[in-house]
Amino acid sequence: MSGPATTAVAVDDLTVRYGDLTAVDGISFTSSAGEVLALLGPNGAGKTSTVEVLEGYRHAAGGRVSVLGHDPERERSAVVGRIGVMLQDGGVYPAIRPPEMLRLLAAMYAHPADPDGLLERVGLADRAGSTWRQLSGGEQQRLSLAMALVGRPEVAFLDEPTAGVDVRGRQVIRSIVRELADDGVAVVLCTHELDEAEKVADRVVIIDRGRVVGAGTLAELRSQTSGEVRFSADPGLDLRALGVHVGATVTEVGAGEYLIEGAHDPQLAAKLTAWLAERGATLGDLRAGRQRLEDVFLELTRGDEPVDGR
Amino acid sequence: MSALLAQFRVECTLTLRNKESLLLTLGIPVGLLVFFSLVDVLPIDAADPVDVLAPGVLALAIMSMSMTGLAIATGFERSYGVLKRLGTTPLGRPRLLAAKIAGVVAIEVIQAAVLVPVAILLGWRPSLSLLPLVGAVVLGTTAFAGLGLWMAGTLRAEITLALANGLYLVFLLLGGFLIPLEEFPGPLRTAARALPGSALTDLVTAAFAGAGATAPGRAWAVLALWAIATPAVAAATFRWSPNRN
Repeated sequence: MSGPATTAVAVDDLTVRYGDLTAVDGISFTSSAGEVLALLGPNGAGKTSTVEVLEGYRHAAGGRVSVLGHDPERERSAVVGRIGVMLQDGGVYPAIRPPEMLRLLAAMYAHPADPDGLLERVGLADRAGSTWRQLSGGEQQRLSLAMALVGRPEVAFLDEPTAGVDVRGRQVIRSIVRELADDGVAVVLCTHELDEAEKVADRVVIIDRGRVVGAGTLAELRSQTSGEVRFSADPGLDLRALGVHVGATVTEVGAGEYLIEGAHDPQLAAKLTAWLAERGATLGDLRAGRQRLEDVFLELTRGDEPVDGR
Repeated sequence: MSALLAQFRVECTLTLRNKESLLLTLGIPVGLLVFFSLVDVLPIDAADPVDVLAPGVLALAIMSMSMTGLAIATGFERSYGVLKRLGTTPLGRPRLLAAKIAGVVAIEVIQAAVLVPVAILLGWRPSLSLLPLVGAVVLGTTAFAGLGLWMAGTLRAEITLALANGLYLVFLLLGGFLIPLEEFPGPLRTAARALPGSALTDLVTAAFAGAGATAPGRAWAVLALWAIATPAVAAATFRWSPNRN
């Protein structure tokens, strides 16, 4: 599908409360058709609550959401036939068989996908005779994904789609997610795994304790954080002398593990290696510029308060 | 296939696939009917015990499916997130509820199709008044289903399982299904008469006792009150998502 990106999901200042607890505290983001958007955050950050509002399932205490131009709670019937949902724990009858579950859901939509073809696509064709409770964790996740797709949705909400799935299963799920977006579906997926967001998402919204703490493409997110360089070398280097040489603050964060902060000199790596070579020190690992999303994530979700156990 | 029909088929398929549920809805009623018809230990005055037992066991079967069976199935569907998942589809709650009711009625038809021939083989000679029977079954199913959904919609699935089976046992003893209430001491008899089980037994018994027999108006009133109250409470308290622990 080509043409300008259409906004499929818009969330504006959303708040969700459970009694006194504010689970979602003023979240805003949008997602477009043909795009994989990852809501990334630790468990209990408010990702699932946010998606439940978008599914028309949970009431928002404040703010506005729109899915395909409609309010999913008040205009439920205009939305519900055009979205596909993958719940975190399946939501499947324990004694039902995969084709039975897919045929049940297929009967609820106007233009469903072929259940047998879908089973084939998620690699469950040979498990058609097993009940849900006989499937492995990874097989259950793949059936859940098929359940989200059987109605040919325009927006797919996938909650932790690869949790508990082995490497091969993850590859299957990721490639299906990619195909969906390429077919013009807006995919909104929740994950607490950075690796997953890095691998499948076009854009990432990082959520922590009910708030958006970072958003953008991976490249944008990486460049948001300050110029940090990490390297490993012999322990006990003269930090002050090195700091003067590279023009930044150097700390030894662990034995032989160093962190340079506030470095914006493009020649930094050259200066560092020269300085180390002069002293006969060996340079181990050096990471700069292209930070892993993990570092960004940890930096953005690092708070002063302890994270509660929710 | 329409969504309602598809949901109805799944409700029936899963009930029939569940062995515990089959034991409860068919095995136990058939066993009780056969055993107590052949072994004359219950305090039944009738010339042939099956004449008293058959309507009682049919009433018991209605209770076992519409209360205990429905409560346990719905309770676990809620705790597994099935109800939540269906809530995100175009099915909608009214059609889900309609499919569940139709599923209960379908199982009741199967129960009757098994129990009535067994009773006739045991010597039962019923004289059916159809309209009062339909009225009794509708009211009884509604009252017990309301109780079952009330439990399933508010309690954790494990508690619902225990309570639905516990109530089954209480009603089995106090519902007049097997033991005539005349055998009970006064206060207990009065209490038992206020329960939906004994009212349903009275009505089903009268419906099979020929054109001349009429059930006490009290039984209709008691069952109707339960049939209004329990679904109302269930509807007001039902939660669709799993309980947060």
